Amino acid sequence: MSITEILFWGLSALALFSAIMVVASKSPVHSILYLIVVFFAISGHYVLLNAQFLAIVNIIVYAGAIMVLFLFVVMLMNLNAESEPKKHRMMQFAGLISGGCLFLVIISAISDTQHASNMVQMSTGGDGLIKNLGKVLFKDYVLPFEISSVLFLSAMIGAVVIGKKESPPTPKGGDL
Amino acid sequence: MLLAIDFALIIEKLVLIVIVVMASLLIAMYATYGERKIAAILQDRRGPNRAGPFGILQPVADGLKLFFKEEIIPDFSSKFLFILGPSLAMMTAIMTSAVVPWGGKVHLFDRDISLQIADVNVGILYVFAVVSMGVYGIMIGGWASNNKYSLMGALRAASQIISYELAMGISIIALLMVTGSLSLKEMVVQQQGSLWNICYQPLGFFIFLICAFAECNRAPFDLAEAESELIGGYHTEYSSMKLGFYLFSEYINMFISSVIMSTLYFGGYDIPFVNEALYDQNLMAILGVLVLMAKVICFIFFFMWVRWTIPRFRYDQLMNLGWRILIPLALFNMLVTGALVLLKQNNWHF
Repeated sequence: MSITEILFWGLSALALFSAIMVVASKSPVHSILYLIVVFFAISGHYVLLNAQFLAIVNIIVYAGAIMVLFLFVVMLMNLNAESEPKKHRMMQFAGLISGGCLFLVIISAISDTQHASNMVQMSTGGDGLIKNLGKVLFKDYVLPFEISSVLFLSAMIGAVVIGKKESPPTPKGGDL
Repeated sequence: MLLAIDFALIIEKLVLIVIVVMASLLIAMYATYGERKIAAILQDRRGPNRAGPFGILQPVADGLKLFFKEEIIPDFSSKFLFILGPSLAMMTAIMTSAVVPWGGKVHLFDRDISLQIADVNVGILYVFAVVSMGVYGIMIGGWASNNKYSLMGALRAASQIISYELAMGISIIALLMVTGSLSLKEMVVQQQGSLWNICYQPLGFFIFLICAFAECNRAPFDLAEAESELIGGYHTEYSSMKLGFYLFSEYINMFISSVIMSTLYFGGYDIPFVNEALYDQNLMAILGVLVLMAKVICFIFFFMWVRWTIPRFRYDQLMNLGWRILIPLALFNMLVTGALVLLKQNNWHF
């Protein structure tokens, strides 16, 4: 067993355990913390697949920004397991079915790929390096890239507009 | 053999890690002493002068005192998270040092040992990622304290760090356009041959500096622990060495961000006006480390000087500065840099 395989199995176990704990833990804050661990484990997998840039961006964007906002909201609203109303049984059932469908789609997609049996890809050249990634994004896929940028921008402006509508504009910034 | 591992490499890296972590802790320890002395000088006092000559043993005495204090964990708080908070703060503070190039190469025991723990090709992004993790220590600690002042401090810290990360990231993008590399080592090597990056990116450095103050939660941006409004902010409920960890991680953060700023904009371990290739390799490596430390000490002094000179911002001023001034400035800097880099590639033809 090489050291990359040990890392692969360790990271996989960590990712699966944390992912289950995200759903299973009662307190929302604990769920978020487990989700952060999942992102770290997945970033480790990206590194093993020689995609350093993707790994680090995953941490910066998901663990570093989005999860902070999640935590922010949960802490600000002070959500607790006791005060959280019980979900309706039909809702749970619907969640189970939609989650299961997604699971099936992912499994069928993965089993079709060529590299499904490769756990790790060491020294496969610089496919995941920022230089090559940038060239691919700005040469071959420049139109989809720009369209998704515009989409993000419009989503951002939309969020600001919706946020402004609720409360009358204050002369100074919001204060905590 | 079951595991094919280069054991010499592992030992080399382990020794390097231990040295770097110990040095960071020691420097942070004496940064607390330095802070008190500088505060004293700026306020026309003497500062600590009882423990040892010139009070040089004061940080040791402070540390011992913190260890002997009673440890209190509040009721109705999550004990695990309460302990996790300061641990995370300390861990993220130290983790950044892994990608910093502390010096050139040393030739020892027939090996060329690079004075850098890991030369990853996304070095600067790694630093950025760890910095963005730093907020969790404060948030988790503040929330687990089960105290509304602590929670307020934690939320302030989170929103402040998210706001200033944006401007910091954009100023780094402008720097990357100039250097064309994400590896910190590569950046230092480039600066050894030519001018320091500060000459190409003065505005970017200025923005980065302000953001570094905000990311370290240093005055004038120490809103998270504003004692006149929030008692002690996120560490109100902490005592003993857990409080010590929070206070200490601030000094380590300050040290590390000084190192990063020296590396990115002031040539890192580059010795000014000296061509390193002409002299003995080992001597130059050691001198390089000392030069880097001299640059870092200047930055740390600057951090302290600002703290004891400029009063704390109000919260809305902080947000205005971040969103309405720094981000547009950083975007402007990025556009101008991009245009100039493009022009240079075209040999200055439109």
